[in-house]
Amino acid sequence: MANTAPDIPAAEAAPQERHPTVLRHRLPTRLWHWLNALTVFVMLMSGLMIFNAHPRLYWGQYGANFDRPWLEIGATATGGFLQVGDRQFDTSGWLGRWKDPGGRERARAFPWWATIPSTYDLAGARRWHLAFAWLLVVPGLLYAVWSLASGHARRDLVPARSELSPRQLWHDVKDHARLRFPSGEAALRYTVLQKLAYCGVLFILLPLMVLTGLAMSPAMDAAWPWLLDLFGGRASARSIHFLCAAAILLFIAVHLAMVLLAGPINEIRSMITGRFRPRRGRAG
Amino acid sequence: MSGDVSRRRLIGSLAVGAGGLLLAGCDRLTRSGDFRDALRGAERLTMRAQRLITDRGALAREYGPADMSPIFRPNGTRMPASAEYRRHLARGFGDWRLIVDGLVARPLALSLDRIRGLPARTQITRHDCVEGWSAIGQWTGMPLKLLLDAAGLRQAARYIVFHCADSFGTAPYYESIDLIDAFHPQTILAWGMNGRMLPVAHGAPLRLRVERMLGYKHAKYVMRVEAVASLAGIGRGKGGYWEDSHDYEWYAGI
Repeated sequence: MANTAPDIPAAEAAPQERHPTVLRHRLPTRLWHWLNALTVFVMLMSGLMIFNAHPRLYWGQYGANFDRPWLEIGATATGGFLQVGDRQFDTSGWLGRWKDPGGRERARAFPWWATIPSTYDLAGARRWHLAFAWLLVVPGLLYAVWSLASGHARRDLVPARSELSPRQLWHDVKDHARLRFPSGEAALRYTVLQKLAYCGVLFILLPLMVLTGLAMSPAMDAAWPWLLDLFGGRASARSIHFLCAAAILLFIAVHLAMVLLAGPINEIRSMITGRFRPRRGRAG
Repeated sequence: MSGDVSRRRLIGSLAVGAGGLLLAGCDRLTRSGDFRDALRGAERLTMRAQRLITDRGALAREYGPADMSPIFRPNGTRMPASAEYRRHLARGFGDWRLIVDGLVARPLALSLDRIRGLPARTQITRHDCVEGWSAIGQWTGMPLKLLLDAAGLRQAARYIVFHCADSFGTAPYYESIDLIDAFHPQTILAWGMNGRMLPVAHGAPLRLRVERMLGYKHAKYVMRVEAVASLAGIGRGKGGYWEDSHDYEWYAGI
């Protein structure tokens, strides 16, 4: 097997303890994880407020009120709706029309509890979004360089070819669905589904978020015109930006659910101190 | 079992409570002067970074006639309220003059006919609103560089300010750009749009096109072009109506 090297040499395990802990996450991973926990939260919520300024998405070079959106969140006289293509969903109370903490009805796309700031403020949301974007990008690049240079990406994140066989994948899917998590030595390595999820976020979603974000900047489009060609226009880049944000939100939801199911104290401790306590192997 | 349920409920309400506290915290940070100043620091960083990687003369993408928006929505003021503007409009801007003054060697007062007789540039470009929508239209007008060269900028001039005929409440609209954008080849004072005279809703008689910036920089109803050394004395000092009133970024390249 090519994936036998864990993140940290097993020699660092304390063999004498009854339930030995091992170092599972190194410092750069832990620092970047918690910085991102904050940054991604701010980026998502300030991004939703920016979306509220024009809650319609288009494909192509341009898109405004007289053009046909593929997605729209709007308000009727009494409710709210989400329209995707020709299908309309009633989202009263959640999207399009909802009540603020004071009980007053508001006709905005995303509700107060999902946005930063919580009351309509495009300028304020842009201040948050464009400042925290630097916190996402600069440490993100440093982390990417570190994980490539240290071998973290190759050893721990990129799936080995043998792991990508349909049989192996199906086996992993079944284990996840039954909430059967690896124990002992195997718990020190990511499963192939974890590897695919982390690689997808690190090497596909986050770069796409940054590049589509830059493609919305008129100055960047002058500096790097290929951004427009890459995404098929500014309106398309804005749509892809939104879809990737939704995918990241989905990742976070699954990630948090998995942390809770796999043993939150052990998992969270391993991301704070780095030390993880592998569970005993099951009998049989 | 019931222990599990109540624990789950406790965790749930803790999560909701923590979420509420975080949101309230974010709102307080948004209002806090020091935190806001820290966020504003990112604007300077963004501007420096973008300027570093962008050639001074790098052009905004120009599109073909087939790429144009079928309907280009107007935004902001659609009809200035001032009596003076309405009088000029009624007379077809026949005795209207564009004033060029401030830190210039030769102050100018140019009629619309005169401006339209000068060399013009026509460009089909994308207008990106800060709100997120964009529209593609064709603009024809006098390169700002021609005007500034004719007036002769003084050494001390750092910014070009555009004073407009429209106002929001009592605050007149104005905008400002620095000399890098002022002398950019695509920066024009447009008098034509989509092959016709510039409509009132889009800023007649003249509107600024500064193509590497968001829409609110593209001042409509431009009456006066002023060269200044500092933005401090104008409006509330932040360089534009939206910058003063809503804290939009002065650097609107992103």
